[in-house]
Amino acid sequence: MINLLLFPILLPFFFAMILMLFPKKILAQRVVASVALVLTFGVTLVLLFKVKTDGIQAITLGSWPAPFGITMVSDMLSVLLVLSSTLITLFVVWYSFSSIGKDRESYFYYPGILFMLTGVNGAFTTGDIFNMFVFFEVLLMSSYLLIVLGGEKEQLRESIKYILVNVISSALFVVTVAYLYSVIGTLNMADISVKIAQIDQPGIITVIAVLFLLVFGLKGAIFPLFFWLPSSYAAPPIPVLALFGALLTKVGVYAIMRTYTLFFTFDQGFTHEMLMILSILTIIAGCIGALAYFDVKKIIIYNIIIAVGVILFGASQMNEASLMGSVFYLIHDILIKGALFLLIGVIIAITGTSDLRKMGGLIKTYPMLGWTYLIAAFSLAGIPPLSGFIGKLLIVQGGFEAGNLWGSILILLSSLIVLLSVVRIFIYAFWGEPAHIQPLTKQHYRGLFMPAVILVGISVLYGVGSEWLVPYMSDAANVMLEPALYIKAVLGGA
Amino acid sequence: MEIIMCFVIGFLFMAAVYLMLSKSLLRIIIGTGLLSHGAHLLILTMGGLGGSAPPVVSPGVTDYADPLPQALILTAIVISFGVTAFFLVLAYRAYQELGTDNMNLMRGTEDHD
Repeated sequence: MINLLLFPILLPFFFAMILMLFPKKILAQRVVASVALVLTFGVTLVLLFKVKTDGIQAITLGSWPAPFGITMVSDMLSVLLVLSSTLITLFVVWYSFSSIGKDRESYFYYPGILFMLTGVNGAFTTGDIFNMFVFFEVLLMSSYLLIVLGGEKEQLRESIKYILVNVISSALFVVTVAYLYSVIGTLNMADISVKIAQIDQPGIITVIAVLFLLVFGLKGAIFPLFFWLPSSYAAPPIPVLALFGALLTKVGVYAIMRTYTLFFTFDQGFTHEMLMILSILTIIAGCIGALAYFDVKKIIIYNIIIAVGVILFGASQMNEASLMGSVFYLIHDILIKGALFLLIGVIIAITGTSDLRKMGGLIKTYPMLGWTYLIAAFSLAGIPPLSGFIGKLLIVQGGFEAGNLWGSILILLSSLIVLLSVVRIFIYAFWGEPAHIQPLTKQHYRGLFMPAVILVGISVLYGVGSEWLVPYMSDAANVMLEPALYIKAVLGGA
Repeated sequence: MEIIMCFVIGFLFMAAVYLMLSKSLLRIIIGTGLLSHGAHLLILTMGGLGGSAPPVVSPGVTDYADPLPQALILTAIVISFGVTAFFLVLAYRAYQELGTDNMNLMRGTEDHD
């Protein structure tokens, strides 16, 4: 029992509070925010190796024994997600220096980001279902701030809908937790997992499983519930969009993976079948959206929805290959979506528009940007040896092992559509007749481009070095496959 | 007692849905308030009502109130209070900026920009 696993939550929180004291001193804001994120990243790396060598870390706050106190649990899945979230936030903050503008920076932009990271890391780490609701609210409140910061007309209009959807899903979350509590009589996730097997009431538990899917599906944007996402995410400026696109839906996806592997494992013929069908529909809907728009932001936003479908398809298969693939793809997607949004931001900054039809010929003036974008695009589509490949391969392999031939083939086909949708941006923006552009100053361009290119580099390394990462990923998949490991770590030897 | 609470919760949810389906932004916010009230009452009811003694461990007491739903409801109330306050401020700001509180006129199409 160590406190190490609390640091990724406490450090951003602590530094965000400090940052709120001097909102107008922009330079100090930047320095403190960067220091906070670097520190958090370092601590999380230490935690990663600790979890690798010593197994799952758990701590109950206030030393109340496990089913009574609030538990924080850090298994391989959550620590990997915490690590990649912190990394992406670090790059987004770096990118914000030259893109977000002084007005937003002096109105609590950096504290907002750090509070959101607090919520995200907390939701990944918590081992208590009601506490997960609380951390969801922490990250949602910060995201409300970030989505409306700046107060442009479009932002105000879209953030109202965003908040409304999330308020409704939060109320539903409370209702679901209440049902679960009345049936199970506990809130500790490990304890719930034990008790669900004992009470033997599969009917009502299945209802709760569907309710949870509804709640987390609204946050994670699965098929019928993604309607709010495209227009809401398109409203805020690019760094906020990158942060949302990379992190917020992934929290919902993580929650679905966690609950569907830890709680609802007895009626898989219904719950996991439903999850699979919904994930396939999500992929189809995302593909249609990604091809339908000429707006670069919208194209990448619909690619978020496709990725959510792919990850959940892997999670619904419940075998080792597919779950490992899901974890691989989840982290790949956090990194590459962040990188793609940052690159799109550079393109928009240069051309001054997000409409593909008004762009063209950038490859002559900005060749490096073009090739970096192409690598990121190939990586998103999963061309080997880049990072999307291994995750998708494992998910498809798991799908074949579980006998879901058509679903797996559909995932392979969706890769082609993803490739088409992102290469379309490349063709329109970089080839053809040069359109009117407003050249950025060298310093400004470098400030925007460096974080993006390093992030693409990291995602390439993630793909090339996937062999080296396999033990970590298989640890994460193991925890999901065998809830007993998780339960033992939280409740002790019982 | 639980039956009455069920009807109260159902009524709150019904009123909330009705209000949230209307066009005026203020009515929608009141609707979200009612929705969270319904959810809070549901937590309290789901833990089981009744119990005469406070939940303090002392010998001989078996009929005590369940403290956990009350702790949960407290947290949830605080959160919904914060969200509602933020939402109200946002609605006012949006009204100033956009000149309307009608959701029909806030659709995300280019015509209304």
